Amino acid sequence: MSVPALEISGLTKNFGAAKIIRGIDLTVARGERHAIIGPNGAGKSTLFNLITGRFAPSSGSIRLHGEEIGGLAPYEINRRGLSRSFQITNIFPRMTVFENLRCALLWAQGYRYSFWHMVGRQRALNEGAERIMEEINLAARRDVPAGLLSYAEQRALEIGVTIGGGADVIMLDEPTAGMSHSETDYIVDLIRKVTEGRSLVMVEHDMGVVFGLADRISVLVYGQIIATGRPEEVRGNPEVQRAYLGAVLEKEEAAG
Amino acid sequence: MDLILVTMIDGLVTGLLLFMLSSGLTLIFSMMGVLNFAHASFYMLGAYFAYQISRYIGFWPALFIAPVLVGLVGAAVERYGLRRVHKYGHVAELIFTFGLALLIEEVVQFVWGKGHVEYNAPESLQFALFSIADYEIAAYKIFMIAVAAAIFIALLLILTRTRVGMVIQAALTHPDTVEALGHNVPLVFMGVFGVGSALAGVAGVIAGPVLGTFPGMAVVLGSIVFVTIVVGGLGSLWGALVASLLIGWLTTFAASYNIGMADLLGALGIEPPADLSESLLRDIWTLSLPQVGPILPYLLMVLVLVFRPYGLFGNRDA
Amino acid sequence: MTSLSNTDRSVAGRGALGAAGPWILAALLLGVLPMLFGSPSSVTIMNQMAITIVFALSYNMLLGQAGMLSFGHAVYMGLGGFFAMHVLNWIEEYELTLPLPFLPLIAGLFAMLMAALIGLFSTRRAGTVFAMISLGVGELVAACSVIIVAFFGGEEGVSGDRTVAPFLGMEFLHPEDVYYLIAFWLLLSALGMYLFSLTPLGRMANAVRDNPERAEFLGYSARWVRYGSFVASGFFAGVAGGLFAINYEILTEENLNLATSGMILLVTFLGGTGYFVGPVVGAVVFTLLQSVLSLQTEIWQLYVGILFVATVMFFPQGLAGLIAMHGPAMRAGRLGSLAGPYARVLIPGAIGAAGVAALFEMFHHLRTAAPGDEAMTLFWITFDTHSAAPWIAAAAAAAGGLFLAARGAPAMRAAWDEANRIAQGGAK
Repeated sequence: MSVPALEISGLTKNFGAAKIIRGIDLTVARGERHAIIGPNGAGKSTLFNLITGRFAPSSGSIRLHGEEIGGLAPYEINRRGLSRSFQITNIFPRMTVFENLRCALLWAQGYRYSFWHMVGRQRALNEGAERIMEEINLAARRDVPAGLLSYAEQRALEIGVTIGGGADVIMLDEPTAGMSHSETDYIVDLIRKVTEGRSLVMVEHDMGVVFGLADRISVLVYGQIIATGRPEEVRGNPEVQRAYLGAVLEKEEAAG
Repeated sequence: MDLILVTMIDGLVTGLLLFMLSSGLTLIFSMMGVLNFAHASFYMLGAYFAYQISRYIGFWPALFIAPVLVGLVGAAVERYGLRRVHKYGHVAELIFTFGLALLIEEVVQFVWGKGHVEYNAPESLQFALFSIADYEIAAYKIFMIAVAAAIFIALLLILTRTRVGMVIQAALTHPDTVEALGHNVPLVFMGVFGVGSALAGVAGVIAGPVLGTFPGMAVVLGSIVFVTIVVGGLGSLWGALVASLLIGWLTTFAASYNIGMADLLGALGIEPPADLSESLLRDIWTLSLPQVGPILPYLLMVLVLVFRPYGLFGNRDA
Repeated sequence: MTSLSNTDRSVAGRGALGAAGPWILAALLLGVLPMLFGSPSSVTIMNQMAITIVFALSYNMLLGQAGMLSFGHAVYMGLGGFFAMHVLNWIEEYELTLPLPFLPLIAGLFAMLMAALIGLFSTRRAGTVFAMISLGVGELVAACSVIIVAFFGGEEGVSGDRTVAPFLGMEFLHPEDVYYLIAFWLLLSALGMYLFSLTPLGRMANAVRDNPERAEFLGYSARWVRYGSFVASGFFAGVAGGLFAINYEILTEENLNLATSGMILLVTFLGGTGYFVGPVVGAVVFTLLQSVLSLQTEIWQLYVGILFVATVMFFPQGLAGLIAMHGPAMRAGRLGSLAGPYARVLIPGAIGAAGVAALFEMFHHLRTAAPGDEAMTLFWITFDTHSAAPWIAAAAAAAGGLFLAARGAPAMRAAWDEANRIAQGGAK
């Protein structure tokens, strides 16, 4: 078997005396779409922040393609092929849609801290940015400052910026948070399209999105993963039912 | 030995004076995230207001009235200036207070002229309280220390013992939550800005007679105050206290001990070169402690930042 | 209007000529200016203006492009200038051959080296901390000027003679000769700084300004992006210093102290930090203001201070922002409808401001004039400051003008909204 895209073992994180992540083991294979679900306060966002370098882990290891990345700075992790989106939209508000996407491509295309290339003259760079703009359906808004976009458009741009650099491990933090039904469908299609052939890890509350999109699901409760498996396995797991999913699914059924 | 004691007292005066400024600045910074560049200008206003008032009704009433006036000016600045600029972010706020500092200096020049004004310590305090060996310690110095200490203790009591102090401490860490509790956060901000300015005003009232009351007095002290709070750690009151005293003693000792680089190098067994006309060598050999004294705080700041980027006691990002 | 904006429009879409157009125009303008304003005093002002433009543009690489507020930018201009002055003296002393036009390059490289050293610790963090460190470093270097006499020349500063480095037979004896040298460097530096903003590093400077954290998740270390901007900005500030050395042939502590650093902040902010041409506008207006006002009144700095604070409070986009704001209305052809309401506010406003200024001037005269000197001339009228009439007249002008301006303001705002509503409606 090949080296997994992401391999986490014995990961813990304490804030002072509070143990937020209490020993997590998780493996995400190449090309797998993996969803992490769990009640609020379970530590999903913290787990994301640990993997992407926003926080340093207290102990344990995180391997990206077999290489240890625990404790590295976010930009170092990104350069090794992992990219993330944010729950609260996190783009460059004063720059245009096109510029946002172009910035996302710069490092991946090897420009580093160059001050001798003119970005306007780099064909591959501009075509790459245009292509992503088409993919996320924002071509019509090309020259609009990102801060002036609608919420759904900003979420789409957030995903575009995340995938732009061509990272092969994509991490999405609640990509459909705060969206209407039609907007959610649009984003789900978009995610399916743009993560083709890549590994995806996402945190999501919308069970429709999770069960429709994920190959495997992990359930995080109180800083520990209580179950991992294919959607139908997780759905049938009694412990998951008891700890989390039962209540959620009941609510969805009542609402639906 | 006697000189050390005298210098200790002088350094304490300088340090406490710095603390009166840096404490207000820290309070304002940690609550509002605003580094008030015009803080030293309020110190200057304190001195000038006290000068004007003391010409009519004497020093003692001025000691109380001038800081109140400065506090009112500060509150007005927050209400009508800073609050307006707030929506553009912290950098805009910093630029605003910088502009304000320029403007206050110009206004002071405009109203009181470019030179020093005759602002002196009250005659009742113009005597030597005691002397250490040949050095006479002026009563006014002890008075300054007493005022500074009283203010420090009052500040501590207000912050830890009163309801207002609790609200302020809560607002320091969670401005939104306090608003939810029904406290008027804009009003608290205005109050804190006013009180911080008034504190600077007190410092001006008591320092004016000693350090001189002139339009440049804000610039002279202003940069040092910023260095102080950066060294102490932005947002830390204890850091501000320690750094104030440290810098107070550092500069005072440097000014009082005339140790030259030549002495130092001589003690290390390095002889001066026969030909000192090479001007860079001459600069090194003629260097003396009083000469480098004024730059010591800045050197200290650079060193602290290189080794402890958050300052001595700081733990928060700006 | 789009060429004014640095909000990230790519030049790829336009033709090469379209992109070069404004620069060719600027070059022509610079070439023609001395023929239009040939008097020595005009040339002096233009030289000063050009140097300030280079300095302000370099400052905006930090403030506008990278979001870094510096209170010590004069350090790099000053260090570059001092070094250039020494090089000039070495040329004389050791009879070296180095044509004068190359001097700004050397000054820039020296300042860049210094920025590269200081930036190592000062750019670690942005925002308030960077601002404070820049202030501290600025004060440190300024204080060093009286200690390291060999380099800074103590209180007298360092002076030299630019005629020791002729170029193609030119001796650069007169300010007019220097003008073309400065204009050449102005154009070159401005172009360099503009092109820098279009490089990957320049683009990422904007990204880090907007959202440093997100930039980190795109593979860029915010710190090193800031460092890159800082070093590049140091280079161009050094070029400005070299030009200063050539033009004035003397540098003193004044060139690197807080007052100069604050001045360039003021100039840049006045012009507008959000636009590439903002600092140019700021430098031109400020230099004119300085040279005209300082001849007319002793308290000109008070007016500059008021202007600055008013800019920060009411027009944080600066003059260039004010101009650009009218872009949509102009394209829609609605500018005419604004003229009336503007006049109804601005004319009384100007009268009111003149009244206030008159009060200031009379007060200042009253305080500072020699005893017995009671006559003063203001707005071409001579009167006695000890009589009541001029005070009443000035106070009436101030109160009346400001009252009318305030009364006209709502109508102006309404007209502005209306013009923009139509402009926006027309665009869609």
